Amino acid sequence: MNLKYVYSFLAVLVLFLVAYVGVEGLGLDWLFGIIVPYLAVIVFVVFGTKRILGWGRSAVPFRIPTTAGQQKSLPWIQSSPIDNPSSKLGVWVRMALEVLTFRSLFRNSRIKLGSGPKISYHLEIFLWLGALAFHYAFLVAIIRHLRFFAEPVPFFVQLVQSVDSFFRFEIHYDPIQVGLPGVALSSIVLLLAVTFLLLRRLLDTKVRYISLAADYFPLFLILGIAFTGILMAYFTKVNVAAVKELATGLVTFQPTIPEGLGGVFYVHLFFVSVLLAYFPFSKLMHLGGIFMSPTRNLTTNTRAARHVNPWNYPVKIHTYEAYEDDFREKMVEAGLPVEKMPAATAAEEKE
Amino acid sequence: MVLDKLLEQHEAAIVGLWVDHVINTYAPDSAHFYKTQKDQFANPVGITFSESLGNLFKALRTGGDRDELSKHLDPVLRIRAIQSFTPAEALAFIIDLKPILRSQFKDALKEKRLSRELVRFEDQIDAMLLIAFDVYSACREKLFELKVSTEREKIYKAFLRAGLIADIKAEEPGNDALH
Amino acid sequence: MSDLPKPDDLLNFSHRPPKTEWMDTPAEIKKGFACYAGNPKSLEAVGLPNPRTWSCFDEDWQLPENWQEIIYEGFKERLDKFRSFKVFMDICVRCGACSDKCHYFIGTGDPKNMPVLRAELLRSVYRNDFTKAGKLLGRIAGARPMTLDVLREWWAYFFQCTECRRCSLFCPYGIDTAEITMMGRELLNLLGLNIDWIATPVANCYRTGNHLGIQPHAFKDMIDFFVDDIEEITGVQVEPQFQKKGADILFITPSGDVFADPGTYTCMGYLMLFHFLKEKYGLDVTWSTYASEGGNFGFFTSHEMMKRLNAKMYLEAKRLGVKWILGGECGHMWRVINQYMDTMNGPADFLDVPVNPITGTRFENAASTKMVHITEFTADLIHHGKLDLDPSRNENKVLTFHDSCNPSRGMGLFEEPRYVIQNVANNFYDMPASTIREQTFCCGSGAGLNAGEDMELRMAGGLPRANAVKHVHDKHGVNMLATICAIDRAVLPDLMNYWVPDVEVTGVHELVANALIMPGEQERETDLRGEPLLGTEDADE
Repeated sequence: MNLKYVYSFLAVLVLFLVAYVGVEGLGLDWLFGIIVPYLAVIVFVVFGTKRILGWGRSAVPFRIPTTAGQQKSLPWIQSSPIDNPSSKLGVWVRMALEVLTFRSLFRNSRIKLGSGPKISYHLEIFLWLGALAFHYAFLVAIIRHLRFFAEPVPFFVQLVQSVDSFFRFEIHYDPIQVGLPGVALSSIVLLLAVTFLLLRRLLDTKVRYISLAADYFPLFLILGIAFTGILMAYFTKVNVAAVKELATGLVTFQPTIPEGLGGVFYVHLFFVSVLLAYFPFSKLMHLGGIFMSPTRNLTTNTRAARHVNPWNYPVKIHTYEAYEDDFREKMVEAGLPVEKMPAATAAEEKE
Repeated sequence: MVLDKLLEQHEAAIVGLWVDHVINTYAPDSAHFYKTQKDQFANPVGITFSESLGNLFKALRTGGDRDELSKHLDPVLRIRAIQSFTPAEALAFIIDLKPILRSQFKDALKEKRLSRELVRFEDQIDAMLLIAFDVYSACREKLFELKVSTEREKIYKAFLRAGLIADIKAEEPGNDALH
Repeated sequence: MSDLPKPDDLLNFSHRPPKTEWMDTPAEIKKGFACYAGNPKSLEAVGLPNPRTWSCFDEDWQLPENWQEIIYEGFKERLDKFRSFKVFMDICVRCGACSDKCHYFIGTGDPKNMPVLRAELLRSVYRNDFTKAGKLLGRIAGARPMTLDVLREWWAYFFQCTECRRCSLFCPYGIDTAEITMMGRELLNLLGLNIDWIATPVANCYRTGNHLGIQPHAFKDMIDFFVDDIEEITGVQVEPQFQKKGADILFITPSGDVFADPGTYTCMGYLMLFHFLKEKYGLDVTWSTYASEGGNFGFFTSHEMMKRLNAKMYLEAKRLGVKWILGGECGHMWRVINQYMDTMNGPADFLDVPVNPITGTRFENAASTKMVHITEFTADLIHHGKLDLDPSRNENKVLTFHDSCNPSRGMGLFEEPRYVIQNVANNFYDMPASTIREQTFCCGSGAGLNAGEDMELRMAGGLPRANAVKHVHDKHGVNMLATICAIDRAVLPDLMNYWVPDVEVTGVHELVANALIMPGEQERETDLRGEPLLGTEDADE
């Protein structure tokens, strides 16, 4: 009945076969190693930019931040400079906390009342934790991959790499594994977090009900990326030098296809390419959108500083004069002041 | 009595099934929310159902009187009365307690005496249904009372009678200006 | 449960809803949950399209021939005009954080009341008409064409949202369902689909200056009636002024305070406060029958209608030549003033930056809009010790405070009303933290849904709020729910009547007036409602 995740899973499976057969069966290394990645990056950059510019083109007619704390009003009332930011600095901090710590998700705190009078607080923390783990693990994975593109490897990449693999599993009893880096923490976290988010979508009735095929597809795809990544790094043991040769070739616009990269590598690369190309057309654009959300990125000093609506246009209104014309006699009779006194005779006739 | 003991022993299980039964009259995802959210302020419906049905069953089992049953029926029916159920749908959960009991005691019911006792207990459930009908009707009556006494009716009509309200006229040229 | 004996079909009332996906479950427009259609006369009066007599329960909604085109064009226009709309259409990841935050979802158990699905009603059409993925993949990408069924669904659910913004608080991207509902309603209005409880107040307000269509002399009659009541209780005759040119301050409050109990007591409260300030400090406040409506049901219709109705505030302030404007206790009125008025109808360069002449306080937070909230104003007066107060006169009340949605999540007015309450009354208990301040639950009847015919919806939507009131009622004996919103004062009595019958509803300035010792007043025996006062000996604990 619910075919949405089946479609998405099948789509990822087909993508896997396309790349694997394309490389292993048809020898299309150049297609999956050079053409597809270039196309994917072009699509990502061109359409991603287009999307963001498209949002930018839409006006921000009103300042409508969601206020989540006390306003700044009287000097002796403690205001919430971050949750109700009246200054630019406050907005920056609010946005930083949103983007870096997913603060709004963290708000899902709950009060639990037992049978007694005691109140205990607990956090509905798992969505927040899962999302945070997922995004940070992904970020670390991306940073680690920069080592393939740059020579010498930038210091921050090395730093991340060393921190990341500080927590590593090394399989000491297996002589083959000796001398190789263990599985990086970020890979494990990424795999676990994606699995959690996927299971949540599949098993939580409420979330399953609201999910679209487009919600499952990126999860399966990222799962595929993480899986193939781990597979070739630690099991099929891809030739790292060759990967670096391909990557450097691509970024210096002198693409070459090194020998012996193997099907799994190309599947990994193809998945990443598909993710990049899919990105601008999907909900993944929340990466850019979060910075442009008018309920979060605007100051709340809306009464102190005027905001200008670029398309403000004149509208029909009912003026005081029209109002008085309508009710003048009655107003005079009731002793309300008027601008123009009615002609006495006219008033009498009316009565 | 044998049944009394059984009902007491199985109270938690029976109430659990009964609550599930009521909650499953909602769409699956809403039912999931009503069932799993344990914060009484975030989920007044689910928490009220589980608390009140627990109290209700206990009252029924210990021979609670009309007032006591009404008291525990009220919170549940007050909610059911405003949730787009037909009266029958809103009240059906009361008699649904019968099949729950029968299936819970399937094996024990082979014994004649228990079976007779259960019939007597089911009579109490029927009585509870009638009490529930009263409670439910009172809730609906209250609702209609509110409908007719909304301030629109109360104030607007009074003003209208007093000739204090201008009828809305269609747009007249000259009444408007561009701003 | 499958092992239960199958009941006879005849007796099968155990309603089990279909498990179909939401897009395959057409909306049911239900009595008790839907509001009556807008009166054609009201639509005509303000020039809204397609005025006709129709009912949402009819098969035929008498739509214009090209209604789909109108919706498409309207959608497109709004995507360009509102970045909020465009961004919110694109970036939702359906994480579900908002899903159980809506009072209507909690109360009705209807899945389409989950904020995320309410927005998906528009998003599905957006994807179909405006995105490549939707055009290419259709249903798989969550897209669907605009059909009559979809339109009915829009009607059902955009008039089942009170624009309270509670969901937006929990959204990691700040997606605001109020914004979504406002757009949905604007689009519906393009086809002449509005409810009467919004359309008629709008038309009334446009012509007579207030929602009920009270004409100027009747408005004054009502105030005069309060003047008599005040004299009876306090022995002091207050003298309100109307349309007074050159007054210091123009005062605007929702007309609900003038014509509907228990708002009327709040209105008496304003009158007494202004009288006190005039007698003691010479402050000159004027009312206006032209701008006699603080509320703005245009806000529930379209941005344009909001602007048309709101314009009167500045126009009247300019005509009368006052220094600045003071606003009464109202919810959505303050969202409009705080976040829209200056942009729409400003700049108000003909007014001064508001200064309280009594305390010298300059309201920097209102420097541009030049309009101050009355609880800000009163809190300032109390803080500087300028009011003579006897809180023991509110001793017969055990109070809690309902934060109204708009001043909470569209302004952040939390401390001012609490400060005022705690200085004019002794017994105050807040409700649990997850139900107040920025997390406050809606009264369930906002955004124009405070009609009579949708009473079931109102009671269901108000359940989470009532449930929290019941908690403090049981725990602390709370018998009075204070609020700073006219819609709250109109609808919470009904809500309390159904869920927590022993709790009454009051405005904050009713409490202020009870405590306020007016120059030359007689010994008071009752509060403004005529309820006897408790002995003053028990007051200071």
